[in-house]
Amino acid sequence: MIDHMNFLFVGVGGQGVLTASDIAAQVGLDLGLDAKKSEVHGFAQRGGVVESHIRWAPRVGSPTCEEGTVDILMSFEMLEAARWLTYLKPGGIVIVNRQKITPMSVSVGNAVYPDEAAILAALKQRASRVIVVDALPLAEQAGNPRTVNTIMLAALSTLLETAPAVWETAILRRVPGKYAEVNKAAFRLGQQAAQISTD
Amino acid sequence: MKRLLSGNEAFALGAWEAGVQYASAYPGTPSTEILENFARYPGIKAEWASNEKVALDNAIGASFGGARTIAVMKHVGVNVAADSLMSVSYTGVKGGLVLISADDPGAFSSQNEQDNRQYARFGKFPCFDPADSEEARQFIGVALDVSEQFKTPVLMRSTTRLSHSKSAVEATVPGTREFQPLPPFEREAEITRVILPAIARMRHPVIEQRLSDVRRWAETTAFERGVNRVEWNDKALGIVTNGIAYQYAREVLPHASILKLGMSYPLPLQAIRDFAAQVETLIVLEELDPFIEDQLKAAGIAVAHGKDIFPLCGELTLAKVRQGAIRAGLIENHESRIMIHDSMIHDSPITIPPRPPALCPGCPHRAFFYALSRNKRKVVIPGDIGCYSMGVLPPFEAMDMLISMGAGIGMGHGFKQAGGQEGVVAVIGDSTFFHAGMPPLASAVYNKANIVVAVLDNRITAMTGQQHHPGTGTTLQGQEGHHIDIAAVVRAMGVTYVEEVDAWDVNAMNKALRAALKHEDGPAVLIVRGACVFTPHFHYQPRMQVDPQKCVACGSCFRVGCPAILKSEEIYPTNNKAKAIIDPLLCTGCTVCMQVCPTQAIAPIEER
Repeated sequence: MIDHMNFLFVGVGGQGVLTASDIAAQVGLDLGLDAKKSEVHGFAQRGGVVESHIRWAPRVGSPTCEEGTVDILMSFEMLEAARWLTYLKPGGIVIVNRQKITPMSVSVGNAVYPDEAAILAALKQRASRVIVVDALPLAEQAGNPRTVNTIMLAALSTLLETAPAVWETAILRRVPGKYAEVNKAAFRLGQQAAQISTD
Repeated sequence: MKRLLSGNEAFALGAWEAGVQYASAYPGTPSTEILENFARYPGIKAEWASNEKVALDNAIGASFGGARTIAVMKHVGVNVAADSLMSVSYTGVKGGLVLISADDPGAFSSQNEQDNRQYARFGKFPCFDPADSEEARQFIGVALDVSEQFKTPVLMRSTTRLSHSKSAVEATVPGTREFQPLPPFEREAEITRVILPAIARMRHPVIEQRLSDVRRWAETTAFERGVNRVEWNDKALGIVTNGIAYQYAREVLPHASILKLGMSYPLPLQAIRDFAAQVETLIVLEELDPFIEDQLKAAGIAVAHGKDIFPLCGELTLAKVRQGAIRAGLIENHESRIMIHDSMIHDSPITIPPRPPALCPGCPHRAFFYALSRNKRKVVIPGDIGCYSMGVLPPFEAMDMLISMGAGIGMGHGFKQAGGQEGVVAVIGDSTFFHAGMPPLASAVYNKANIVVAVLDNRITAMTGQQHHPGTGTTLQGQEGHHIDIAAVVRAMGVTYVEEVDAWDVNAMNKALRAALKHEDGPAVLIVRGACVFTPHFHYQPRMQVDPQKCVACGSCFRVGCPAILKSEEIYPTNNKAKAIIDPLLCTGCTVCMQVCPTQAIAPIEER
């Protein structure tokens, strides 16, 4: 039985991180726990970094997680996983979308985007398990590139002692009826991707 | 049923449940969603005002008419409204009036992190501080009661962390409600609302008495209604705390007794004295200023720790509270989380590039800032507050000063009139123009200040998430209002040089800037017309692509700062630099990069 969970969802503005974190917080309530989530809006819309904290517990105090206490870091973008790694507790789990979104600092030549191998090595140094999901192609395969967040949540659902159906129901409650089928397909692809990830 | 609501959603719900009939606001992060949510409830009127002072004045009028009302703004917006705020404290109110101020500790999206609890002491009115969404919802109703009982405006202080966090709220499904006309206006028997000097002198002792009355309420009723409360635990340590800091106190120091203040002004000093007498050590935990701490010390209450261990600057976090508690010996450092954190930063094997915000692909500000950056050696650029504040960032670096809403025109004017030799291009947005841009423009016209004023008219209040304003003519509740044409306004104000430019035409922008800088008969106004990509007025066009055969890796297109233009893995051998590629998922087809490419390597994709 789950009683305390700290999640940190990170990514880039426009990737659907905030919607996904809303759903994850709602699942906490659905499981009968208290839940809070917290993020900073504003500049994040303009291609900036997005971070959203989700906490489940019998009674949640702070809406944000403390560094070094996150059980599962879910990153919608490779670089952002590395940026937020200090929040992960040693031995925690990382789920990372293989997508890379070039920051302006890199495209104007002031910085270099690290190699994927170097990022994964850094993640593995701290995490007990790193699950890499190629979410964008899978979302396209499901029929809509905007289902990336459903793919990611499906991957997350395989890691917890929760029935995946709890997650799928919470997702379907949030999407308009005409997108139900494409999200169901995305959910299945996300579950499979997490199970076959060997990283 | 419990629902997850953000603090802002909960404020809106609480206001509706408490019978607020009229609300006015100017958008500003982190306050914006309060009115956006309130506007959806039945039987109410909710409006965007042209600025925060107007919003508060609207609310004061509604209150004098007898309606329950809220005015909503971000913390710095209260500075704009402060003229009326300080005096409505003197006049008092009729219908409950609550000003919601959303502060921004950490300055995530603001020009400062001022602590607006100080306004309550300054203006002598009460200040409430909810600690989660449920309190945000409940305290609004209590604050309106206090406002009516004591005939005082009330400050409801939120922070980014409260406004933008979601927590569970016991939410019933809202019923329906009809909009009620106000009762006939009652002229006062004894004048209080016409605040002439003689009336002000008479009112001052009245509001001092009111403050003592509210203080008595804070000692008694505030505890009965759950606004202030004591949570007894181990009496070795007692914590006086308020707002979101309460959450950190409970988590970091779970064994301590807590006096939680839902109201940080006026303080229930007797209750705090009693609490202090029963605990061995008393500390104060609060975000930003030592607002409570200073009042306790002034009252002679012994405070063992406060701002000596907890930071004065920046947003509080669990880690900062824990570090302070360890430093003061309140808890042992047996958990080495903080050490782990530090070592990770130093040992990280990879350098992580920053990801600053950027103008969106297709943004109507891009060509303007590109043209301005080409001319910036000859000009001084006072800026303003909006997405276009990002003109200061690379690759443009085309902004020299930015202070507050509407300040750009006035600063440019002062710089020029004081003898500044460079040309001046003051940059302002459309919503900001209506907010605080018209008075400084009038002053510049009147005094014949030879400056260029560029109004970037993207047809929306973009930065805060696309809110309407007088220039768009659509109201908050989605009705047709009147729309005001900026060009007509500036001509009517006596500007003798007004030119409108297509936001995406780089050459026209260059020419317009240079021509405007030559004008010498008072301000020249350049209106850059182009709708924000998030509005329905924005037209997507065929996407661009780079022909790698023609690209010479000159970097020109990188200098338009578009997130859709990326470095290719293909290197141009002559200069050994990366060629450009365009991300087709991000490109909107705005053509700015195509216009600046010297080798015609960028062209629209033939649509399939």
